[in-house]
Order: sequence, then structure tokens, then C-alpha cells
Amino acid sequence: MQFKGTEKISSDEMEKSVSRSGGTWNAFTYLDWTTYFETLPADKIDLALELEADRMVNTTYDEKEVESERTVVISERQGRENDPDFWLSEAIHNAAFRIHPYGHVIIGDQVDLESIQKNDLQEHYRTYYSPNNALVAIAGDFDKDKMLKRITNLYQNIPSGDDPSRVNRPENPQRGEHRLTVEGPGETVLGEVAYHTPSASEPDFFPLLILDSILSGPQGLNLFGGGGISNKTSRLYKRMVEDTEVVVDIHGGLPATIDPYLFSINFILHPDSTTDNALKILDEEIQRLQDSPPRVDELKRAVKQTQALFAYGGESITNQAFWMGFSEMFASYEWVTNYLENIAAVTPDDVQRVAQQYLQPKNRIVGLYQPHKKGNNNQ
Amino acid sequence: MTRQDFSTLKINSLPGPDDITRVQLKNGITFLFRPNLNSMAVSIGGYIQAGSIYDPPEKLGLADFTTSTLMRGTKTMSFQEIYDSLESIGASLGIGCGPHTAGFGGKSLAEDLPTLLKMLADILMNPVFPKKDIKKVRSQLLTGLDLRAQDTNEMAMLEFDKILYKDHPYQNPSDGYIETIQAIAVQDLADFHKRYYGPKKMTLVVVGPFEPEYVVSQAEEQLGSWVNQDQPEAMQVPEMPAPRKTVRNHNVIDEKSQTDLVVGTIGPSRSWEGYYSALLGNSVLGQFGMMGRIGESVRKEAGLAYYAYSALSASIGPGQWMVVAGVAPKNLDKALDLIKTELKNFVDQPITEEELRDVQSNYIGKLPLSLESNAGVVSALLTMEQHQLGLDYLQNYEKMIREITPQSILDAAREFLDPDRLVISSAGPEL
Repeated sequence: MQFKGTEKISSDEMEKSVSRSGGTWNAFTYLDWTTYFETLPADKIDLALELEADRMVNTTYDEKEVESERTVVISERQGRENDPDFWLSEAIHNAAFRIHPYGHVIIGDQVDLESIQKNDLQEHYRTYYSPNNALVAIAGDFDKDKMLKRITNLYQNIPSGDDPSRVNRPENPQRGEHRLTVEGPGETVLGEVAYHTPSASEPDFFPLLILDSILSGPQGLNLFGGGGISNKTSRLYKRMVEDTEVVVDIHGGLPATIDPYLFSINFILHPDSTTDNALKILDEEIQRLQDSPPRVDELKRAVKQTQALFAYGGESITNQAFWMGFSEMFASYEWVTNYLENIAAVTPDDVQRVAQQYLQPKNRIVGLYQPHKKGNNNQ
Repeated sequence: MTRQDFSTLKINSLPGPDDITRVQLKNGITFLFRPNLNSMAVSIGGYIQAGSIYDPPEKLGLADFTTSTLMRGTKTMSFQEIYDSLESIGASLGIGCGPHTAGFGGKSLAEDLPTLLKMLADILMNPVFPKKDIKKVRSQLLTGLDLRAQDTNEMAMLEFDKILYKDHPYQNPSDGYIETIQAIAVQDLADFHKRYYGPKKMTLVVVGPFEPEYVVSQAEEQLGSWVNQDQPEAMQVPEMPAPRKTVRNHNVIDEKSQTDLVVGTIGPSRSWEGYYSALLGNSVLGQFGMMGRIGESVRKEAGLAYYAYSALSASIGPGQWMVVAGVAPKNLDKALDLIKTELKNFVDQPITEEELRDVQSNYIGKLPLSLESNAGVVSALLTMEQHQLGLDYLQNYEKMIREITPQSILDAAREFLDPDRLVISSAGPEL
């Protein structure tokens, strides 16, 4: 709805003004935050500053527009449902979080998308869209003092609201492994193993990032281009794809969040293997990390890969602005400026300790996407 | 690498003849370089005339399979050693397959350029196709094809190509089919490599913080000695007439929530004289703002789709001009009607002056952004070389865009788009 216009700027004008200047713009919602971003030629930045100041509080909610957007968002969800990974991920989240809202997929449940009313949207908008709950991050070719003055002029008179209450629904510690199966069409078995992990502001997050890099390959923070590095020398890829051929691909992920979230390992089962076998070998590799610390050269590699990903991502001005804003959501911008230092300070013993602490069966959810058995495909 | 003195280098804001180095290596490889002194990293890219149009009909997917196995081992390095060398320095290198060429790309920190080029040369010149590794890759490719069969977007596109390019080399998917992948023997991969991989018509581009002499000498050292006397000339593909009538196909994939739809026809090649008119026209039709007129009609007004846009795919041979949308199965016909109406309007009336100004300023304004990263400059230089656009292409770009008129866009649209002669391909639940 934030693209539907304000009293001052029509939806049509909004859509066209940034594109007309040769810029790009969009928005996305993550677990903890929603971001609106523009990347423009340096002399056109005012366009973005004005637009965001205006729609922070002045979006109009028209009944007809709500209905048209409703079907668009339902279509977005249905597009994702076409992918078996979506069903598996949704089931994992449902199982991992009974109390905390991380248990809901970001796009929302179909029933809610069908029933949310204009008033619900306005209530959400009034609660969360106010200067006291907003952050502006800017990177690029500009004079800092002039830019700060401009931002002050544009934003300081927007009335503050009440501070919205923060989510305070901590998840109880899991008391045993959850296993689940999702059935659907196709020929290929997919797997996801997710472990509860601490929030990004906790000191253990950095050893866990190194652990992720050693087990399943480097991730980096580049949401706006910069590319990745392959994970062929990671422990899980080497053992499960190359040596034992129990899976045809594997990767991991540890998103940075405000509240404790998940470290996930996703794999595509080899057609000649079994899930029992794949999980057994996965567990052996985790056990190996719990039994003895990683080699120093594995840590050095993880640090070098992190440096490289930073260098690649830093070529994009959008990444630079995003890194600052993103880290302020759960810590401060110093989280990013100190990122390399904190990664380099992780010791082999740290990695072994977090492997022992977090990668326990009782702390995980094991999910499988199983194709229907033959003759059973009409459920 | 030793620290270099850049004081004598001339660099413009837009790459051009003054700061692009273009040379032929001893063996004929075309080599281009553009410095980026602000970067700590280097990007490379390039292509070889070894794409999927060279696949034998009974072994479709051979060119793609070959690219997937080049990094599985060389005369001196195993798969693990190759990736150890790359990943331990945070470098990446990959190679994939298009219709005409096998394209490669990579990046590393600047000091590791010699390693990156050495690895590239080794995998291109000395692959050994180990039997055990080929078996592994084959399983991965076959699993990929199983997943493709469940992907509504990919299947709608695959059938679209098959119908639109009937009996043309572009009709086949570059990743082949299950039975053709199973029919490829290890020797086929080695033979394909031996025949098609070589320096003839090969292009290599490097962008990073170096002096030209240094980079040229590195490229020469690693790739300058490569020869392949038997490498054939690049294949020319024939023209393709537009469909004579509308053809509709639906690929049933059960238990899907959404149907993917592709509607289109033959489009211009990249070298067609009216290409920029078609490009800007396409932006009005289904790109600008929130997906142009198509987005306005199908997404914004009717609320039928999360994505609904038009695309112009123009390269060496006959291109494609299409509209793509993902819709609820029950809304398929409704979306199709709206798309056809927009296509009809687009060929009936010239676009407005305001629409033209919008897309002109969009294309001119976004050029610098597309060149902000090393990889973006590599991509621009590759396009310039592949389509012989000239080293001053980017500097002339604004003038070319400003010369487009509503009439030239209408002419381009009428040259290709006929709402009564379309290929309509969809994939999703039974209709």
C-alpha cells in the first residue's frame, strides 16, 4: 500500500519519478523490519528523501486499492507456493516457533491475506510508521553536513508517535527434536535441518558465522549484488556431495535477527540415497566439529572469504547504505564496521564450543519434502 | 602483484576509447581491459564459441554438460584442488552455457588476479573429464531436470521456445532432456571440448585496479599460447519467421497454486537497426515504473498478478519479444485478454511524448548505475564486443536514445508484434 500514493504525490507520480531519473526503487519486508530503498544519480537524491518523508505518514488508504492489492499479494504467495521449498520452510517455521511471531512466514497466511481489512492496515501503519521508529541510511557522493541539514529539514517536523511495543514473546527452549514431513508433487526429496541460534547482537553470533562458513560455505551480507563464493570446499559439501554422494547440493544460512532465530542447512537428496543416510552423515560431520576444533587454516579461509565478499559487495553503493541500516536494526552500524575484526577474532575453540552448545538434536527441527508415493498423488 | 603507479592513467566517467584497452593476444583472443582504481577487487568475464547450438540432436545438453565438467579436474589439478585454490582466497570462477557461447565469469581480490587467470586458463585448456566425476555431475543435472519439470515458469518458457523456434537451433533447451543427458558419454564431453574450445573468436575482459600493461601481460602469459587448429568457425543461425497464426499450449503440472504464462513472438536481433526503438518501446509496454502498461493493467488495475511484465531478448540470432505473468489458474484467460488488449493498443497508436520522455530519461539516467561495479563494466564491455558496438558505444549512448521517436517505436512494434499471431504458453494446473 506504500506505493499507492499520498495526498501530495499520486501513485502514478511515485512510480514514475524515480524511474524517470534513472534510479531504482523498491521495498521488502523481512522478519524484523521493512525497508524502502532508492538508488539514484547523486544529484537526484532529494527525490527519494522527499518521497520517503511524505509516505512515512501520509499514505492514503483507498478501499478499492486495498482490494486490488490484496489479490496481488495473494498472487505473490501463490507464486511462492509453486516452489516445494516454500512449503518446507513454512512447516519448519511453524514447528520452530510456537510463541514468537517468527513462526509465521513473512508473506502471511492465506486466510489472513483474505481477511485483513483496511482498518487493520491503517492501524499497522499508524503504529509502526513514525520518525521515532524509523532510520534513514544514506551512502554516496554528497557533502555530509549539507545532507544532514536537508534530512533534518525534511524529517524533523514529522510528528512522532508512541513508541511501538517491541515483540516480547521469547520462545521456550526446545525440549527435543522435531521431525516433520511435507508431501507434494515431483520426484525430488528436499531436506532442511534448522537449529535454534541466538540473535545477531549476541557474541556467539560471530563464532556461529564461522561455523556456518566451515560447514556449508560463506554467506556474506550482500543483498544488492556483489556475488557469492562457491562452497565446494566446505565440510558438508565435500563429505555429502563429493565423498558419499548422499545429496546433490547443500547450503546453509544464518540470518541476522533481533531475537533468537535459526541456523538452517538445506539439501537436495541424491536420487540413489535415503534421507536416513543423508542425516546420518550430516550428524557425523557435526559430531566431528563438536569433538575437535576446526583447523586454523579453515578459520583463515573463512576470514579471507569474508574480506573478499565485503570488497565485492562494497562496489554497490546500495549495499553500503543497506549494511548501515540493517545493522542498526539489531545492534548499531558498528556491527558492520567491526564485522571483519570480530570475524577474525573467533578462535577454533569458540567454534567448537558453539557447535557443542547449539548443534544439538534436541535443539533442532528436521524437515523433509517428500514427493507423493506412486498412486498417492491426488491428496 | 606489486603496488602500481596510476598517475599516468586517464579514466573517464563512462568507459570509452581513451581508457579501454583492446588488443588481440598472440593467438587471436580479443582482450579488453578497463581500470577501476577505486576497487580492491577484480572481475573477469568472457566467452568461447561453444554454446548449445552445437549440440547434436540426440545429445541435447552436451555443451552445457561440458561446461559443468570443466572444473571437475585438469591435467594437474583435481576438483578439490581447483576449488581449494579459489575458495581459500575468496575468489569465484564459474562457467555456463548460452545458445551461441560458453560464458565464464569470476572475481577475486585484486592481488589474486594471477591466480584467477591461471585457474581460468587451466580449466579451459586442460580439462580431463574424470569418469567418476562425470557420473556425479550427471546425477546433479538429472536432478535439476526433475526440478525443472515441476517449475511452472521454466516449463512455460521451455514450451514457448519449442513452439516459437520450431525447427530452428534455438528450439532446444540448453540443459537438454533426461534421455539426451543419459545418452552423453564421457568421450562425447572430451570430443566436444577438443573441437569447440579454442581461442578463435574468444573474448576475455578484465576490470580492476591495474595498469593495462600489467593485465595484458598476465592474460598473454596465461592464455596467449593456447591453440586449436581444428576449431571451426562460429555457426551462423538462420532467420526465423513469426508464427503464422496464434498457437496456444498448456503444460499441466498438478498441485500448483499459480499458472505461469508467456505470450510473445519473434523479436529483433541485437544488430537490427531499430533495436533501440524496440528497447524503449518495450519499456513503455511492460517495464517502466511498476512494469509499464502491462503492469498497470494486469497488476495495478485488475490485481491479477504479482508479476506481469514484457521482455525483449535480443542477441545474435532472431530474438524474442514477450509478456510474462504469474496468475491464479482461474484468472488465466482474464489476464490473457488484458495482455492482448495492451499489445493491440501498442501497435495501433504511437506512445505519447510523455511516455517517450520518461523512458528516455530512465535509460540515460540508469547507465552510470549499471556501471558502478566491476562486474557491470565487464558485462557492458562483453556486450560491446560481442555485437561490435564500438569502444565509443557508451559515450554515444545518450545520443542514440534521444534520437528515438514515438513513430520509430510504433514502426518497431509493428515490425514484430501482431496480436493475432502469437505463441501463448502456460504451465500450471489443468485448465
